[in-house]
Amino acid sequence: MSSLEPMMMFIKIGIVLAGLLATVPIMLFVERRGSALMQNRLGPNRMGPFGLFQAACDVIKFIFKEDRAPGHVNKFYYTIAPWVAVIPAFMTFAVIPFAGSLTLDGTTTHFQIANLDVGVLYCFSIASLGVYGIIMAGWASNNHYSLLGSLRSSAQMISYELTLGLSLVGLMMVFQSVKLGDIVFEQGETLFTLGAIAVPKWGIFIQPVGFLLFLVSVFAETNRLPFDLPEGESELIAGYHLEYGSMRFALFMMAEFINMAVASALITTLFFGGWQLLPFFSVLVSHVQSLGLIPDPNLVEVIFQGLSFIIKVAFWMWFFVWVRWTLPRFRFDQLMNLGWKVLFPVGLLNVLVTGFLIYKGVL
Amino acid sequence: MLAIRKPGFLNRLYLIEIIRGLWITMKNFLFHKKVTLQFPEQRRDYSNRYRGQHYIKAVNGVENCTACMLCPTVCPAECIHIVAGEREDKEKYPVKFEIDSLRCCFCGMCEEACPKDAIKLSNIYEMSQQTRTVYEKDFLLEQRGNK
Repeated sequence: MSSLEPMMMFIKIGIVLAGLLATVPIMLFVERRGSALMQNRLGPNRMGPFGLFQAACDVIKFIFKEDRAPGHVNKFYYTIAPWVAVIPAFMTFAVIPFAGSLTLDGTTTHFQIANLDVGVLYCFSIASLGVYGIIMAGWASNNHYSLLGSLRSSAQMISYELTLGLSLVGLMMVFQSVKLGDIVFEQGETLFTLGAIAVPKWGIFIQPVGFLLFLVSVFAETNRLPFDLPEGESELIAGYHLEYGSMRFALFMMAEFINMAVASALITTLFFGGWQLLPFFSVLVSHVQSLGLIPDPNLVEVIFQGLSFIIKVAFWMWFFVWVRWTLPRFRFDQLMNLGWKVLFPVGLLNVLVTGFLIYKGVL
Repeated sequence: MLAIRKPGFLNRLYLIEIIRGLWITMKNFLFHKKVTLQFPEQRRDYSNRYRGQHYIKAVNGVENCTACMLCPTVCPAECIHIVAGEREDKEKYPVKFEIDSLRCCFCGMCEEACPKDAIKLSNIYEMSQQTRTVYEKDFLLEQRGNK
């Protein structure tokens, strides 16, 4: 183990932490401005160019607000609930590879904090811990609306976690691995060529049904519209975070945005080739390498891989906002029907068909 | 006869409909005219009959009001208080003319009742205050409308 290895580890953790923390204000801005423009409004546009500093203002407001708890809450659980919600959200990102590997002085660094053998299963187990924060918040708030919100949340999470896991079984069968690093690496191969266009072996081309199932259940997992029943403001006021204010509420919001980021990163990693270069990027890479501004050609590649990853993730983050202002909220029984009577059987069928196709040697 | 139309399989899948819906959202996001009015810079045009902040019409610096007490009589909110006095030329005039802006309901009855065309409601609608405000005579004599 060379001296470079721990340093690179710190750099990786720094990149991930900074990136995740940076998503929060960016998403705040995108959600506020984006939703406004979709509703034919203008949104906050006074602070800075295009209202870019509005997120900073929001954060400053949150920090300086009085942090007080209502008298009727269970103080202990009320205080720790936001942290229980936000910490798993950060932890999930540890297994997601965000760029290829870089060799410096004979030390190879894989840009992934931990390449665990359980891979994507770790993601699911940690992500499902996040629901405890919501349940705690609802219970400790000592408020009917909050409790109903967290009840719904737990029922929804448990129902959709099933489909979430099941939708990936087909993918794991094809790639013969649950390690995210391996899955991304294999997605770099070419599936088939259509004339001059080489279609990469991305998850979406192998498992389109699995992708749809995953997309729908990920929306339910992150409590985003059209499945944001835990905080349905028309019936539950604000749901589980009703009794929360100032920075504690901000932590819940942070958890939601980071969950969105992780969900987008998972969609990207599993179905859209992760850090594999975007189609037009390979030309750019060779161009920049020939310019010679950055001495190490490997480094250039890694930078562009990271950039491709960020672009893909950003698209899916945007997709979350986009869907939010397109679809109305589901009713609770509709949600359960969709989860148990449609998505779950389709998931099972998908596994069956994938198994059959692998047996026949098609995939 | 009521015909029950069952949506076809493709419709019940919702996928195509969702994609169409997403396109509608995107069209609104990109192309649709935004309805927001940038308030302090842009202002909405109100009708001339709009009943806003009060003023007392003055001609050559002398108020039209003769303190006839018709407006406090007709006022349903009882927000006008007038103390009448006499000028050197034996003409009656209001020594004090106060309008409690929080009590006023902007019904415009005072304007209707006034025989001297003195009290008026202007077009000004930005009247928010942080304290209970009583409009004094000096304030009301600023000519802020053209009625």
